[in-house]
Amino acid sequence: MTDTLVGVVVAHGAVAEALVGAAEEISGIRGALIPVSNAGLGREALEQRVAGAVAGHRAVVFVDLPSGSCLFAAMKGLPARENVRVVTGVNLVMLLDFLFHREEEIAAAARRAAEAGARAISER
Amino acid sequence: MPIVLCRVDDRLVHGQVVVGWGRPLDLQRIVLVDDEVRASPWEQELYRMAAPPGMTVEFASAAEAAPQLAAWEAGKERVLVLVGTIALASDLERRAPGRLRRLNLGGIHAGPGRRERLRYLYLSDDELTMLRGLARVGMQISAQDLPTSRAVPLSDLE
Repeated sequence: MTDTLVGVVVAHGAVAEALVGAAEEISGIRGALIPVSNAGLGREALEQRVAGAVAGHRAVVFVDLPSGSCLFAAMKGLPARENVRVVTGVNLVMLLDFLFHREEEIAAAARRAAEAGARAISER
Repeated sequence: MPIVLCRVDDRLVHGQVVVGWGRPLDLQRIVLVDDEVRASPWEQELYRMAAPPGMTVEFASAAEAAPQLAAWEAGKERVLVLVGTIALASDLERRAPGRLRRLNLGGIHAGPGRRERLRYLYLSDDELTMLRGLARVGMQISAQDLPTSRAVPLSDLE
Protein backbone atom coordinates (compact mmCIF):
# COMPACT_ATOMS: atom_id res chain seq x y z
CA MET A 1 0.00 0.00 0.00
CA THR A 2 1.50 3.32 -1.08
CA ASP A 3 1.41 6.23 1.38
CA THR A 4 0.72 9.00 -1.09
CA LEU A 5 -2.80 9.12 -2.46
CA VAL A 6 -3.51 8.43 -6.08
CA GLY A 7 -6.56 9.66 -7.96
CA VAL A 8 -8.47 7.42 -10.30
CA VAL A 9 -10.66 9.32 -12.77
CA VAL A 10 -13.52 7.22 -14.13
CA ALA A 11 -15.57 8.83 -16.87
CA HIS A 12 -17.43 8.49 -20.14
CA GLY A 13 -15.68 8.51 -23.50
CA ALA A 14 -12.37 10.38 -23.56
CA VAL A 15 -13.19 12.63 -20.59
CA ALA A 16 -10.93 10.90 -18.05
CA GLU A 17 -7.86 10.90 -20.25
CA ALA A 18 -8.42 14.52 -21.24
CA LEU A 19 -8.89 15.69 -17.65
CA VAL A 20 -5.83 13.80 -16.43
CA GLY A 21 -3.75 15.15 -19.30
CA ALA A 22 -4.85 18.70 -18.60
CA ALA A 23 -4.27 18.38 -14.84
CA GLU A 24 -0.78 17.03 -15.44
CA GLU A 25 -0.05 19.78 -17.92
CA ILE A 26 -1.07 22.48 -15.48
CA SER A 27 0.44 21.02 -12.31
CA GLY A 28 3.54 19.35 -13.66
CA ILE A 29 2.68 16.38 -11.45
CA ARG A 30 2.60 13.21 -13.50
CA GLY A 31 1.60 9.68 -12.62
CA ALA A 32 -0.62 10.57 -9.66
CA LEU A 33 -3.84 10.37 -11.64
CA ILE A 34 -5.02 7.25 -13.44
CA PRO A 35 -7.65 7.65 -16.19
CA VAL A 36 -10.28 4.97 -16.74
CA SER A 37 -12.79 5.20 -19.58
CA ASN A 38 -16.00 3.23 -19.65
CA ALA A 39 -15.92 3.13 -23.46
CA GLY A 40 -16.66 -0.31 -24.79
CA LEU A 41 -16.83 -1.90 -21.36
CA GLY A 42 -19.70 -3.75 -19.75
CA ARG A 43 -20.38 -3.53 -16.04
CA GLU A 44 -18.07 -6.30 -14.89
CA ALA A 45 -15.21 -5.24 -17.15
CA LEU A 46 -15.44 -1.65 -15.91
CA GLU A 47 -15.58 -2.79 -12.28
CA GLN A 48 -12.44 -4.84 -12.86
CA ARG A 49 -10.71 -1.91 -14.54
CA VAL A 50 -11.48 0.36 -11.57
CA ALA A 51 -10.50 -2.34 -9.06
CA GLY A 52 -7.20 -2.79 -10.87
CA ALA A 53 -6.51 0.93 -10.81
CA VAL A 54 -7.08 1.33 -7.06
CA ALA A 55 -5.34 -1.91 -6.07
CA GLY A 56 -2.38 -1.32 -3.80
CA HIS A 57 -3.14 2.36 -3.33
CA ARG A 58 -4.90 4.71 -1.02
CA ALA A 59 -7.11 6.17 -3.67
CA VAL A 60 -9.76 8.75 -4.32
CA VAL A 61 -11.94 7.75 -7.26
CA PHE A 62 -13.30 10.73 -9.18
CA VAL A 63 -16.40 10.04 -11.28
CA ASP A 64 -17.98 12.29 -13.90
CA LEU A 65 -21.71 11.79 -13.35
CA PRO A 66 -23.38 11.45 -9.95
CA SER A 67 -24.99 8.23 -11.14
CA GLY A 68 -24.66 5.62 -13.85
CA SER A 69 -22.11 3.07 -14.94
CA CYS A 70 -18.96 4.89 -13.81
CA LEU A 71 -20.29 5.61 -10.32
CA PHE A 72 -21.59 2.09 -10.08
CA ALA A 73 -18.20 0.63 -10.94
CA ALA A 74 -16.54 2.89 -8.37
CA MET A 75 -19.04 2.08 -5.63
CA LYS A 76 -19.35 -1.62 -6.30
CA GLY A 77 -16.36 -2.73 -4.27
CA LEU A 78 -16.34 0.20 -1.88
CA PRO A 79 -17.60 -1.52 1.29
CA ALA A 80 -14.56 -3.79 1.16
CA ARG A 81 -12.10 -0.96 0.54
CA GLU A 82 -11.20 1.14 3.57
CA ASN A 83 -8.59 3.03 1.59
CA VAL A 84 -10.88 4.32 -1.15
CA ARG A 85 -13.25 7.28 -1.30
CA VAL A 86 -15.46 8.32 -4.20
CA VAL A 87 -16.13 11.89 -5.35
CA THR A 88 -18.62 12.63 -8.14
CA GLY A 89 -18.87 15.52 -10.59
CA VAL A 90 -15.16 15.60 -11.37
CA ASN A 91 -13.73 18.79 -12.83
CA LEU A 92 -10.28 20.20 -13.41
CA VAL A 93 -10.23 22.40 -10.32
CA MET A 94 -11.08 19.39 -8.18
CA LEU A 95 -8.21 17.36 -9.61
CA LEU A 96 -5.72 20.19 -9.23
CA ASP A 97 -6.63 20.62 -5.56
CA PHE A 98 -6.25 16.89 -5.07
CA LEU A 99 -2.85 16.76 -6.73
CA PHE A 100 -1.42 19.24 -4.25
CA HIS A 101 -2.91 17.55 -1.15
CA ARG A 102 -2.09 13.91 -1.63
CA GLU A 103 -0.33 13.61 1.71
CA GLU A 104 -3.53 14.27 3.61
CA GLU A 105 -5.73 11.70 5.26
CA ILE A 106 -7.93 10.15 2.58
CA ALA A 107 -11.34 11.37 3.74
CA ALA A 108 -9.99 14.90 4.19
CA ALA A 109 -8.37 14.91 0.75
CA ALA A 110 -11.57 13.68 -0.86
CA ARG A 111 -13.71 16.23 0.98
CA ARG A 112 -11.51 19.20 0.20
CA ALA A 113 -11.25 18.21 -3.46
CA ALA A 114 -15.04 17.96 -3.68
CA GLU A 115 -15.42 21.36 -2.03
CA ALA A 116 -12.82 22.95 -4.33
CA GLY A 117 -14.59 21.53 -7.37
CA ALA A 118 -17.95 22.82 -6.18
CA ARG A 119 -16.56 26.31 -5.45
CA ALA A 120 -15.32 26.54 -9.03
CA ILE A 121 -18.85 26.52 -10.39
CA SER A 122 -20.32 29.99 -10.74
CA GLU A 123 -22.42 32.20 -12.94
CA ARG A 124 -21.24 35.67 -13.84
CA MET B 1 -49.84 3.77 -21.77
CA PRO B 2 -48.01 0.61 -22.82
CA ILE B 3 -44.51 -0.53 -22.32
CA VAL B 4 -42.79 1.93 -24.65
CA LEU B 5 -39.50 0.06 -24.81
CA CYS B 6 -38.06 -3.24 -23.69
CA ARG B 7 -34.31 -2.93 -23.76
CA VAL B 8 -31.35 -5.25 -23.26
CA ASP B 9 -28.44 -3.25 -21.86
CA ASP B 10 -25.73 -4.77 -19.72
CA ARG B 11 -24.98 -1.43 -18.05
CA LEU B 12 -28.57 -1.44 -16.81
CA VAL B 13 -29.72 2.01 -15.64
CA HIS B 14 -27.25 4.52 -17.06
CA GLY B 15 -27.03 7.74 -19.06
CA GLN B 16 -28.09 6.36 -22.44
CA VAL B 17 -31.19 4.90 -20.86
CA VAL B 18 -32.37 7.73 -18.62
CA VAL B 19 -31.27 10.63 -20.85
CA GLY B 20 -30.84 9.23 -24.37
CA TRP B 21 -34.13 7.34 -24.37
CA GLY B 22 -35.79 8.76 -21.29
CA ARG B 23 -36.30 12.26 -22.63
CA PRO B 24 -37.58 11.54 -26.15
CA LEU B 25 -39.82 8.74 -24.89
CA ASP B 26 -40.97 10.84 -21.94
CA LEU B 27 -40.42 7.87 -19.68
CA GLN B 28 -42.15 7.87 -16.31
CA ARG B 29 -40.94 4.56 -15.01
CA ILE B 30 -38.06 2.18 -15.56
CA VAL B 31 -38.52 -1.35 -14.34
CA LEU B 32 -35.17 -3.07 -13.98
CA VAL B 33 -35.64 -6.81 -14.14
CA ASP B 34 -32.61 -8.38 -12.53
CA ASP B 35 -32.61 -10.99 -9.78
CA GLU B 36 -29.28 -9.87 -8.33
CA VAL B 37 -30.18 -6.19 -8.10
CA ARG B 38 -33.63 -7.09 -6.76
CA ALA B 39 -31.86 -8.68 -3.79
CA SER B 40 -29.45 -5.79 -3.17
CA PRO B 41 -30.87 -2.62 -1.54
CA TRP B 42 -27.64 -0.66 -1.91
CA GLU B 43 -27.40 -1.41 -5.62
CA GLN B 44 -31.01 -0.31 -5.98
CA GLU B 45 -30.17 2.98 -4.29
CA LEU B 46 -27.34 3.59 -6.77
CA TYR B 47 -29.60 2.93 -9.73
CA ARG B 48 -32.35 5.15 -8.32
CA MET B 49 -29.82 7.98 -8.18
CA ALA B 50 -29.46 7.74 -11.96
CA ALA B 51 -33.05 8.73 -12.60
CA PRO B 52 -34.05 12.38 -12.95
CA PRO B 53 -36.98 13.86 -11.02
CA GLY B 54 -40.28 12.62 -12.37
CA MET B 55 -38.90 9.22 -13.35
CA THR B 56 -39.13 6.31 -10.95
CA VAL B 57 -36.98 3.22 -11.01
CA GLU B 58 -38.42 -0.03 -9.76
CA PHE B 59 -36.85 -3.43 -9.35
CA ALA B 60 -38.25 -6.86 -10.02
CA SER B 61 -37.03 -10.39 -10.33
CA ALA B 62 -37.94 -12.23 -13.53
CA ALA B 63 -40.56 -14.19 -11.59
CA GLU B 64 -42.07 -10.97 -10.25
CA ALA B 65 -41.96 -9.11 -13.55
CA ALA B 66 -43.52 -11.70 -15.86
CA PRO B 67 -47.03 -11.64 -14.38
CA GLN B 68 -47.01 -7.82 -14.29
CA LEU B 69 -46.17 -7.22 -17.95
CA ALA B 70 -49.82 -7.16 -18.98
CA ALA B 71 -50.67 -4.62 -16.27
CA TRP B 72 -47.75 -2.38 -17.27
CA GLU B 73 -48.87 -2.59 -20.89
CA ALA B 74 -52.38 -1.53 -19.93
CA GLY B 75 -51.33 1.08 -17.37
CA LYS B 76 -51.16 4.85 -17.70
CA GLU B 77 -47.45 5.25 -17.09
CA ARG B 78 -44.88 5.17 -19.87
CA VAL B 79 -42.70 2.25 -18.85
CA LEU B 80 -39.32 1.01 -20.01
CA VAL B 81 -38.58 -2.60 -19.13
CA LEU B 82 -34.85 -3.10 -18.80
CA VAL B 83 -32.91 -6.35 -18.66
CA GLY B 84 -29.18 -7.00 -18.66
CA THR B 85 -29.03 -10.11 -20.81
CA ILE B 86 -30.71 -11.73 -23.77
CA ALA B 87 -31.16 -14.83 -21.63
CA LEU B 88 -33.32 -12.82 -19.26
CA ALA B 89 -35.41 -11.40 -22.11
CA SER B 90 -35.86 -14.97 -23.30
CA ASP B 91 -36.82 -16.03 -19.78
CA LEU B 92 -39.51 -13.32 -19.64
CA GLU B 93 -40.93 -14.53 -22.95
CA ARG B 94 -41.01 -18.08 -21.62
CA ARG B 95 -42.80 -17.00 -18.45
CA ALA B 96 -45.22 -14.62 -20.19
CA PRO B 97 -45.52 -15.63 -23.85
CA GLY B 98 -46.36 -12.84 -26.29
CA ARG B 99 -46.31 -10.03 -23.75
CA LEU B 100 -43.15 -8.41 -25.07
CA ARG B 101 -43.69 -7.60 -28.71
CA ARG B 102 -40.55 -5.59 -29.43
CA LEU B 103 -37.01 -5.91 -28.13
CA ASN B 104 -34.34 -3.23 -28.33
CA LEU B 105 -30.73 -4.45 -28.18
CA GLY B 106 -29.04 -1.45 -26.63
CA GLY B 107 -25.68 -2.43 -25.27
CA ILE B 108 -24.04 -5.81 -24.85
CA HIS B 109 -20.32 -5.59 -24.47
CA ALA B 110 -17.47 -7.95 -25.28
CA GLY B 111 -17.34 -11.20 -23.36
CA PRO B 112 -16.31 -14.84 -23.68
CA GLY B 113 -17.60 -16.36 -26.91
CA ARG B 114 -19.05 -13.08 -28.13
CA ARG B 115 -18.30 -11.53 -31.51
CA GLU B 116 -18.66 -7.89 -32.47
CA ARG B 117 -21.81 -7.25 -34.49
CA LEU B 118 -21.99 -3.49 -33.96
CA ARG B 119 -19.80 -1.07 -32.05
CA TYR B 120 -22.00 -1.45 -28.97
CA LEU B 121 -23.22 -4.98 -29.53
CA TYR B 122 -21.35 -8.24 -29.07
CA LEU B 123 -23.25 -11.50 -29.33
CA SER B 124 -22.35 -15.14 -28.86
CA ASP B 125 -23.78 -17.82 -31.12
CA ASP B 126 -25.98 -18.98 -28.24
CA GLU B 127 -27.37 -15.48 -27.78
CA LEU B 128 -28.06 -15.20 -31.50
CA THR B 129 -29.89 -18.51 -31.35
CA MET B 130 -32.03 -17.19 -28.48
CA LEU B 131 -32.83 -14.06 -30.47
CA ARG B 132 -33.85 -16.11 -33.50
CA GLY B 133 -36.17 -18.08 -31.22
CA LEU B 134 -37.75 -14.88 -29.93
CA ALA B 135 -38.18 -13.61 -33.49
CA ARG B 136 -39.88 -16.87 -34.47
CA VAL B 137 -42.58 -16.34 -31.87
CA GLY B 138 -43.26 -12.87 -33.24
CA MET B 139 -41.01 -10.52 -31.31
CA GLN B 140 -39.69 -7.61 -33.38
CA ILE B 141 -35.99 -7.33 -32.60
CA SER B 142 -33.59 -4.59 -33.56
CA ALA B 143 -30.36 -3.09 -32.28
CA GLN B 144 -30.27 0.63 -31.57
CA ASP B 145 -28.15 2.23 -28.89
CA LEU B 146 -29.85 5.63 -29.06
CA PRO B 147 -32.99 7.02 -30.71
CA THR B 148 -30.83 9.14 -33.00
CA SER B 149 -28.98 6.14 -34.44
CA ARG B 150 -30.20 3.68 -37.05
CA ALA B 151 -32.23 0.67 -35.93
CA VAL B 152 -30.47 -2.46 -37.20
CA PRO B 153 -32.75 -5.46 -37.71
CA LEU B 154 -31.84 -8.86 -36.32
CA SER B 155 -31.26 -10.20 -39.84
CA ASP B 156 -28.35 -7.77 -40.23
CA LEU B 157 -26.66 -9.02 -37.05
CA GLU B 158 -26.07 -12.54 -38.29
